[in-house]
Amino acid sequence: MAMPQNLVETRDLSFSRGQRLILDSLDIHIPRGKITAILGPSGCGKTTLLRLISSQLRADRGTILFDGTDITRLHRKELFALRERMGMLFQSGALFTDLSVYENVAFPLRLHTDLPESMIRDLVLMKLHAVGLRGARDLMPAELSGGMARRAALARAIILDPELIMYDEPFVGQDPIFAGVLRDLIRRINRAMGCTCIIVSHDIAETLSISDYIYVLTEGRIIGQGTPDSVRNSKDARVSQFLQGLPDGPVPFHYPAPEYHHDLQMEKV
Amino acid sequence: MLTYLQQLGRTGLDVAAGFGRAGILLAQALWGPPDWRYGPGLLLRQLHFVGVYSLVIIVVSGVLIGMVLALQGYTVLVRFGAESALGQMVSLTLLRELGPVVAALLFAGRAGSALTAEIGLMKATEQLAAMEMIGVDPLRRVARPRLWAGILAMPILAQVFNMVAILGAVAVGVSWLDVDAGSFWSNMQASVQLREDVLNGVIKAFAFGVVVTWIAVFEGFDADPTPEGISTATTRTVVYSSLAVLAMDFLLTAIMFGVD
Repeated sequence: MAMPQNLVETRDLSFSRGQRLILDSLDIHIPRGKITAILGPSGCGKTTLLRLISSQLRADRGTILFDGTDITRLHRKELFALRERMGMLFQSGALFTDLSVYENVAFPLRLHTDLPESMIRDLVLMKLHAVGLRGARDLMPAELSGGMARRAALARAIILDPELIMYDEPFVGQDPIFAGVLRDLIRRINRAMGCTCIIVSHDIAETLSISDYIYVLTEGRIIGQGTPDSVRNSKDARVSQFLQGLPDGPVPFHYPAPEYHHDLQMEKV
Repeated sequence: MLTYLQQLGRTGLDVAAGFGRAGILLAQALWGPPDWRYGPGLLLRQLHFVGVYSLVIIVVSGVLIGMVLALQGYTVLVRFGAESALGQMVSLTLLRELGPVVAALLFAGRAGSALTAEIGLMKATEQLAAMEMIGVDPLRRVARPRLWAGILAMPILAQVFNMVAILGAVAVGVSWLDVDAGSFWSNMQASVQLREDVLNGVIKAFAFGVVVTWIAVFEGFDADPTPEGISTATTRTVVYSSLAVLAMDFLLTAIMFGVD
């Protein structure tokens, strides 16, 4: 059977929390070997989308295909097996605080392989070298800066050479140097390993510069998609408001509220 | 009125759903064969964490409670010239009731709250989600060793509590108030039954260990991953497990020592 061209596909994907609809019938295609970005303002459901693709959350409606398999129908055990093919870089890094950097990166290897210790050591040091932290192997997560923690977490996410790597807001809270380092790393890992990447972010400049394809999401719907250039030149008012960072526009500055005058009781009697 | 009823119904449903989630958590965490990939290290570390670290508070409280018991018991017994029964009174009170109950309350405050806060923080810092992504079931790796550690540590802690409390009673009763050492010990020996008193106390402590650790681990997993959420969950652990221990103690006492 031929491999599907898209590694991940969502069809009519919807998800709500309580009364609030977070994702509204999304159709998203993540092509193999490319970097696809999901851009959108905070709270538009980007991180939720990643959690759905990794099946940490269950969708209310719709299907999610990973390499042709509908993951919404998988059992717990099959899911855990499937997740070995995915890596995820969490916003906070999510290193295990009771393990050293070295043990954090070695953790998936020890769990899923029977490799001898010397080979584990080599693999861990290679990944740590790739993110520039070979010298920090003995530090505990509490001793790392935010940027270092995220790089160590990246080494852990790629240790099993996953087919899909998901980045949750990789550039948030990074100084310009670290953001640049991370951007290059994401690019390099994508090229060297040939893996598929999904970046969820609201950092426009960094994301546009490394993505092959972009989806723009607002309030759980896709409002624009295309290559970085076509998105940049989009005529859609909502897309351009977001890309140019205009405070007011189709996405209102004000949370829905009664008339200002009326609220301040300034009406003439 | 209608909103009140509605509220009552919703609360009832929430409580029932909570019990359901807690039951599922316990079943999923403890069901299935042991996972040797993690080795015994995790369980040992948790035993150290909940057991050894609780020793100080258990020992100090035990000594003090034993001393108070002896003092109070002596002042009553001496009026009837029955102070030689002090050993019997102290040991039965401790083995049957005070030992398991007080040790469980201390355990809930010391180890239970720490377990909840630790798991809640792991949730807030996405460590639990990261485990799932790596293909590890957090219920197996995080919940299971903690549950077993609590269940195993609690009966041992209760017995340690009993021992040091009796020594505290000896210090006050025999060394200070001059109760005859021979009658203190021989009365104790004659009246304490292995099955009736010691074993029942161990069963109680075991039951309390299950309940306290279960509540603590569940509250950690169920916590809102925010600062308020974790602090609420920690408080809940201490309150719920203390109430559960006291209620269960009454039930178990009624079953074990109830009047025929």
